[in-house]
Amino acid sequence: MTHPASGSPTGAPTGAAPAPVPPARRSGPGERGSPRRSSYERWRAPLGSRATALHAGAWWLWALGLATAASRTTNPLVLGLIVGVAGFVVAARRTDAPWARSYGAFLKLGLVVVGLRLLFSMLLGSPIPGTHVLFVLPEVPLPAWAQGIRFGGRVTAEQLVFAFYDGAKLAALLVCVGAANALANPARLLKSLPAALYEAGVAVVVAMTFAPNMVADVVRLRTARRLRGRPTGGIRAVLQIGLPVLEGALERSVAVAASMDARGYGRTAEVPPAVRHTTTVLTLGGLLGMCAGTYGLLAAQGAAYGLPVLGLGAASALAGLRLGGRRSVRTRYRPDRWGARAWLVAGSGAAVAGLLIRAGGVDPAGLHPGVVPLVAPTLPLWPAAAVLIGLLPAFVAPVPPKEASK
Amino acid sequence: MIRFEQVSVTYDGAAGPSVQGVDLVVPEGELTLVVGPSGVGKSTLLGTVSGLVPHFTGGTLRGRVTVAGRDTRTHRPRELADVVGTVGQDPLAHFVTDVVEDELAYGMESLGLPPAVMRRRVEETLDLLGLNELRDRPVATLSGGQQQRVAIGSVLTTHPKVLVLDEPTSALDPAAAEEVLAVLQRLVHDLGTTVLMAEHRLERVVQYADRVLLLPARGAAPVLSSPAEAMAVSPVHPPVVSLGRLAGWSPLPLSVRDARRQAAPLRDRLSSVPASEGARGSASRALPGPAPQTPAGLKYPASSAFEARGSGGSAPGSGAAPGLLARLLGRGRPQPAQPAVPAEPAEPAEPAEPAAGETARARNLGVRRDRTDVLRAVDLAVAPGETIALMGRNGAGKSTLLAALVGTLPPATGEVTVGGRTPHRTPPPEMVRHVGLVPQEPRDLLYADTVAAECAAADSDAGAPPGTCRDLVAGLLPGVLDDIHPRDLSEGQRLALALALVLTGRPALLLLDEPTRGLDYAAKARLVEILRGLAADGHAVVLATHDVELAAELADRVVILAGGEVVADGPTAEVVVSSPAFAPQVAKVLAPGHWLTVGQVAEALGAEGTR
Repeated sequence: MTHPASGSPTGAPTGAAPAPVPPARRSGPGERGSPRRSSYERWRAPLGSRATALHAGAWWLWALGLATAASRTTNPLVLGLIVGVAGFVVAARRTDAPWARSYGAFLKLGLVVVGLRLLFSMLLGSPIPGTHVLFVLPEVPLPAWAQGIRFGGRVTAEQLVFAFYDGAKLAALLVCVGAANALANPARLLKSLPAALYEAGVAVVVAMTFAPNMVADVVRLRTARRLRGRPTGGIRAVLQIGLPVLEGALERSVAVAASMDARGYGRTAEVPPAVRHTTTVLTLGGLLGMCAGTYGLLAAQGAAYGLPVLGLGAASALAGLRLGGRRSVRTRYRPDRWGARAWLVAGSGAAVAGLLIRAGGVDPAGLHPGVVPLVAPTLPLWPAAAVLIGLLPAFVAPVPPKEASK
Repeated sequence: MIRFEQVSVTYDGAAGPSVQGVDLVVPEGELTLVVGPSGVGKSTLLGTVSGLVPHFTGGTLRGRVTVAGRDTRTHRPRELADVVGTVGQDPLAHFVTDVVEDELAYGMESLGLPPAVMRRRVEETLDLLGLNELRDRPVATLSGGQQQRVAIGSVLTTHPKVLVLDEPTSALDPAAAEEVLAVLQRLVHDLGTTVLMAEHRLERVVQYADRVLLLPARGAAPVLSSPAEAMAVSPVHPPVVSLGRLAGWSPLPLSVRDARRQAAPLRDRLSSVPASEGARGSASRALPGPAPQTPAGLKYPASSAFEARGSGGSAPGSGAAPGLLARLLGRGRPQPAQPAVPAEPAEPAEPAEPAAGETARARNLGVRRDRTDVLRAVDLAVAPGETIALMGRNGAGKSTLLAALVGTLPPATGEVTVGGRTPHRTPPPEMVRHVGLVPQEPRDLLYADTVAAECAAADSDAGAPPGTCRDLVAGLLPGVLDDIHPRDLSEGQRLALALALVLTGRPALLLLDEPTRGLDYAAKARLVEILRGLAADGHAVVLATHDVELAAELADRVVILAGGEVVADGPTAEVVVSSPAFAPQVAKVLAPGHWLTVGQVAEALGAEGTR
């Protein structure tokens, strides 16, 4: 991934991506060609390809870290910062593959969630005591058995602000999931599953590819309706298109199943009966152990033996999975490697999560701005700085190549 | 390599066996072509080799099929995966993963090959099929030809001993098809792979075949013989074979090269006939307007290439062209409200546009999709009664041009007018009376449960009197039952039904997208007749096609698109004869003469004989 020799060391490698220049290594404009440059070249984010691709799990850990952080705060400024960080990384590092286009959909979904939360709060009222009445909706009188439920009535500023904070938290969580979806190919993640779970995973991935295919079918059939001179909107159109779309999906799934069968899906190796039985015992026993352990942890007594039983159960279930993998003859073609960059990406997400959890303990007021009485939220300095760590992937993750986005 | 022993297959609920009496051995390391009219069980026969018939499709298989010594009765498809590779008609239905490289590796992963071997074979296959540039691309973003190459590559990586291909080139443009076939030939010659392939487009494949497995009719026992022997008796054959039969050449040529070697005397004979006379068929049809067709033009012969027409009873023979639609529409309705149309064959049946002008016109048309210009500065005028073939490689913008003409895509620049209206701004119910499009997949047009319901809906959509559409169906293809589900129709019948639905609105402009995909020669000959009849009625016909033989048969004009621009536009003979990719076989054999079809040659020879 060498940069053309004529390019300046601070030049952006590709048009779309911002210049990934670690501040510590920024060299002055006069220092072109100095020995420092080679180390800079070495550390700069490589061009994305199969060989340099970041492990899909790293992206998911990063996104889950941000999501954990978002779940620890209701401060709209911090939440906005988290969404901004996720958005920046997505803008800098996503490819133009079909799965990478989901980010916008998740953003819209987040906005819908906020809107719904506000709407319900207005309609159904809220336990938040408020003094600033904004307006009064006509209240629907409900029968006696529905006491405790209110429909309509007073709407206070406090309750709306509370609902907004709450909705924003959920929206931020969704956006983080959307970012992971846009950055990591879901099928790649599958390659990292244990062999015994592979077949279930394939089913999930094949199912996921059906959504875009069905959307394409709907578009095609709507066009075809137009060709017959029928309106493309309206309930009747939906009904008439619906059946062929489902039919098409069914036919396609049968075709894919035939293709998978003809290409060796589901071939199994002969395993001695002893191994098979051990696998069953280990897996079932492990799952039972995990259930019992969890029950012990949650029950009032028994926390003492809960944890060890849970641990034993988990270990035996894992061993069962591993042994079960022996039945599968599958090998893996170029699985993603977990390298230094993957550690950095996953670590940055974990750091954000850890620091915000810690900040929640130290300064709960900053992360949960009060609603009663109504105060303007302020940006807590240290948690905000911690969230910015989440920007790291925008500089260390491989740059998506231009051709792949065309 | 593949041994069939008294094999017959009967699907559940079917009246008789789809295939029976198969008793033969497909030799190792040869390319065997499965030939026959559609519906004779070619796909079923191929399915028995991979084990998908009957393990996956159901039905009863009698007898025994063994592949490389493995009995398909006891081995399921997955257990045959390392000896048989299967590629079907639709590459998208074949893909399991979403990236090219993963797709190539999928089969090997299932077989459990070591990672180092997988890596090496993927690289080899990428080079073999020229896919290296596409290795990181999601398969959904590839063109049809690229997808088919990936599908073939994905079964090659397991190094199967037998490769089973069901119409691998029917969706490809001529150049991409050549590429795929060259790869197959290399596999046969260098690696000793046994290839079993079914294909309708014999003109593309027959010269590569070592053996031909001929299924003459449904339920008849197939015959394995050399290609020349099979072609001498086959009901389906490419134009070069028709020409050979016409000229009485022996041995029968299978490739253009063989034919050229024997063609010198024929070329001399034909050069004495004025070339204009030979090409007159298309030239006279190119005359715009309602001018009565000259008898010579109408007596355009039903070519000897299509003696296999069969399939339908009252074939509207050579002279029946004018007024076909008029007759179809006039029939079954006594007299009132309709001025007696059928009486005057020369009178076009109420073309929606007065013939003086042009049926459709695109000026400086540009269409953008996701930042790319799919069409750029396209100028096209379509005159009434004219047939235009749009050609060009996959993704050149043919379908997009049709979509712009029918109004489903708005132009980014320039303008389109069809019958004096702007298609994308005109409400669909009105537009269907001016332009009709039969899409690549005619099934998209069909919603109803039965043919009769479909026809009734079409009548009400177009505001036509009840029964109009049903009469059209009967006229286009007799023998389609009323209560049959459209899904159970054959490809040819489905196309005829879709065509009838579109024609119910009596559009002056008829657009067809890849109409011959999946059609055998008989159905194709039928389509050619229908379209000629419509053109003689004053309908303008624009078809996007890869089928050079169809274009040669039908088109007055050929427009070649490349990268969204028109790179050639002119009379068929001029555009096509000099082109290596788009010339029909007859033109290649008889070059530099301007002969396009066997029909023209037969007519010229006949004229010479009577002189």
